[in-house]
Amino acid sequence: MNIEPKSQTTKPHAASSRAAHAPAGTSSAFTKHVQDKAPSAHAPAGTPSSSTKHVPTKTAQVVLALLRKELLVELRTLESVPGMSLFAVSTFVVFHFALHRSAVDGDLAAGVLWVTLLFAAMLGVNRLFVADAEQGGFDGFLLAPVDRSAMLLAKVCALLAYLVVLELVAVPAFALLLLGPSLGQALPGLVGVIALADVGIAVIGTLIAALAVRTRARDLLGPLLALPLLVPVVIGGARASSPLLAAGHAGGPGGRWLALLALYDLVFGLIAYAVFDFLLED
Amino acid sequence: MRVPSSSVPSLRTLSIATVVAMGVAFGLVFFYAPIELEEGFLQKIFYLHVPLAIVSLCGFVSGGLMAIAHLRTRDSRWDLRSYVTIHMSLIFGVAVLLTGSIWARGSWGHWWVWSEPTLVSYLIVFLLYATYQPLRFAIEDPERQARYASVFAIVAGAFVPLNFLAVRLSTSYLHPRVLGGSSNLPGPMRLTFLVSLAAIALLFVTLCSYELTAKRTRIMLKSRSRILGYR
Amino acid sequence: MSHGAAETAIGVKPDRPRHGEVLQVAGLVRCYGEREALGDVSLSLHEGHTLVVFGPNGAGKTTLLRVLATLLRPHSGSVRIFDRGLPEEAWAVRGRIGLVGHEPLLYRELTARENLRFHARLHGTPPARVEALLDALAMTDRAEEPLRTLSRGMVQRVAVARAVLHEPRLLLLDEPYANLDPTAIALVGPLIGGESGCTRVVCSHDPTGGLAEADLVLGLRAGRPALLRAAADVDPGEITELYR
Repeated sequence: MNIEPKSQTTKPHAASSRAAHAPAGTSSAFTKHVQDKAPSAHAPAGTPSSSTKHVPTKTAQVVLALLRKELLVELRTLESVPGMSLFAVSTFVVFHFALHRSAVDGDLAAGVLWVTLLFAAMLGVNRLFVADAEQGGFDGFLLAPVDRSAMLLAKVCALLAYLVVLELVAVPAFALLLLGPSLGQALPGLVGVIALADVGIAVIGTLIAALAVRTRARDLLGPLLALPLLVPVVIGGARASSPLLAAGHAGGPGGRWLALLALYDLVFGLIAYAVFDFLLED
Repeated sequence: MRVPSSSVPSLRTLSIATVVAMGVAFGLVFFYAPIELEEGFLQKIFYLHVPLAIVSLCGFVSGGLMAIAHLRTRDSRWDLRSYVTIHMSLIFGVAVLLTGSIWARGSWGHWWVWSEPTLVSYLIVFLLYATYQPLRFAIEDPERQARYASVFAIVAGAFVPLNFLAVRLSTSYLHPRVLGGSSNLPGPMRLTFLVSLAAIALLFVTLCSYELTAKRTRIMLKSRSRILGYR
Repeated sequence: MSHGAAETAIGVKPDRPRHGEVLQVAGLVRCYGEREALGDVSLSLHEGHTLVVFGPNGAGKTTLLRVLATLLRPHSGSVRIFDRGLPEEAWAVRGRIGLVGHEPLLYRELTARENLRFHARLHGTPPARVEALLDALAMTDRAEEPLRTLSRGMVQRVAVARAVLHEPRLLLLDEPYANLDPTAIALVGPLIGGESGCTRVVCSHDPTGGLAEADLVLGLRAGRPALLRAAADVDPGEITELYR
């Protein structure tokens, strides 16, 4: 339905007022028209009045911007990482009383460590998208000309960062409070196992957090969905750490467990990348 | 919209086929298959337990495949199929766990054993899919509900084989597999097993078709009454 | 799904739409489950013109705006913006649309400057533009305080800055002057008002004020267009009728 403009004089008026006043930051339609005709795919960030709107912003830039925002918000609110770390230490204390042991080693040590890390991770997973859901972060992101997978990458990296800080607190606390044999030699192996497992936890955690955040009872649904999915990570992580934490250092982590963790990370990494977009759109 | 009367004859055919197949399987299990030496009569529950498990696992994975179709075509019919398939597999899953438990009690004297990797992995898969319906009901917007459910079905479908691998690795570390696989079954047992498998599969497909038809009819009824309500 | 591949000037569709029309909507339908949130909406809007949408709460104004903003997919019908069809080519037009909705879409714990810099990075806009906008909105002295300490009016100003950061040519405004005092309205006017020269779709509850800035008027009732005429042919009485 084509409607004639209200008055023929509107357009020239607008043009002259634009040229006359040109308020700060509003470039005139003329320069825009000229620039739009010659878009470049690699417009550097410093280009004044970059009108290359039909070329999306480069993904690496977007991921970095998102990650920076994530970490900034976390630093200001401190709502994930301190909670997770404190929870882990408290859990070790609870385990001491529940198991009625002063020192654990081998299988038992691996079990205590991985259960604690897993449940502490769930706390972080619960909070991951809450700020975005409540403060319009999804819409703000969806309005930008960007590849939506950038949010997945950024959130996985952020969750990984939180997990690393958690482990920097939890593992020494564990060695101090509950672990019988000393960590020393086993530390590099343990770090490797934890690193592999962390990727799996971060990927599944991000996926489930995105799934659960816009539902009712989101705090309940998140762990309920994530725990069964993370059983292979627990299997791989615990079985691989067990010889490392054994008295007398029974040996290195079994190759098959590391392979299992790596396979898990690969499979779910690919699946997360494929389905994440469907969780964001409406 | 066509009244799904054309699917009624095929429903009837399916039902008849299922009843026949189950009858034959029943007969074979009780009168043809030999009684196993070690476990005795109770071993016959194997012909119910394993086909139920295989069919429901295939159901879970097909639910994931249908979910992929739903996300690609945005056709809500695929979502309905995915939902019904997963729902039915979950119901069969309860039967799997029950029969598995009875079998464990009969064979090893405990209602649950950790030494049987397939049973253990099945429990984990069951716990995962048990969250499917709470997830769906926690989302009000129907389109988003379907989309999120499909994402879940895809992730869970990919999880099934990985999980079996992981548990198998971890269990064989502790105990050798007590159960013989279906690959080294003697002749009569193998035949009985395959017929039971076919019968259970038919049962699954028939029940799913019934539920699909019922749901489709209800949707159609709702949309017709809504149109009449507006006029 | 990255569309970051190089697009040369030769292969690119000129974004000057045919017949000077920025917006072409035909038979747009958007459902919420069984309910029709938008039914059979058709209109077209010339460049530089303003469409004002009236209607009671729940009539579908916000839904329409969100469909145009590419946040919601049309369930039926066609929507073309800058001669690109939604939703397939939504990625191509996002950078040219600015939305001021009910939510400011800003993080409360971050400062105005941090929020705007974040959005600037998302859009590939240089940081100098952030400073220019903060200056234009007289927010420079409050730019380093977390948003949760600012009044609603100030947050709304930052929200407007967020919307125009990337110099969009189509503005989608959902009651943008709510929470703004006359000074603030005067400040945001050049950015999102009629004098900005942008093509605008504005949701409004104010019959006289809305009519004054409109070229085209759309009245929605229960998702359906009850009124679609040039503003010159509409009187405020008809608009108040919509709310009955």
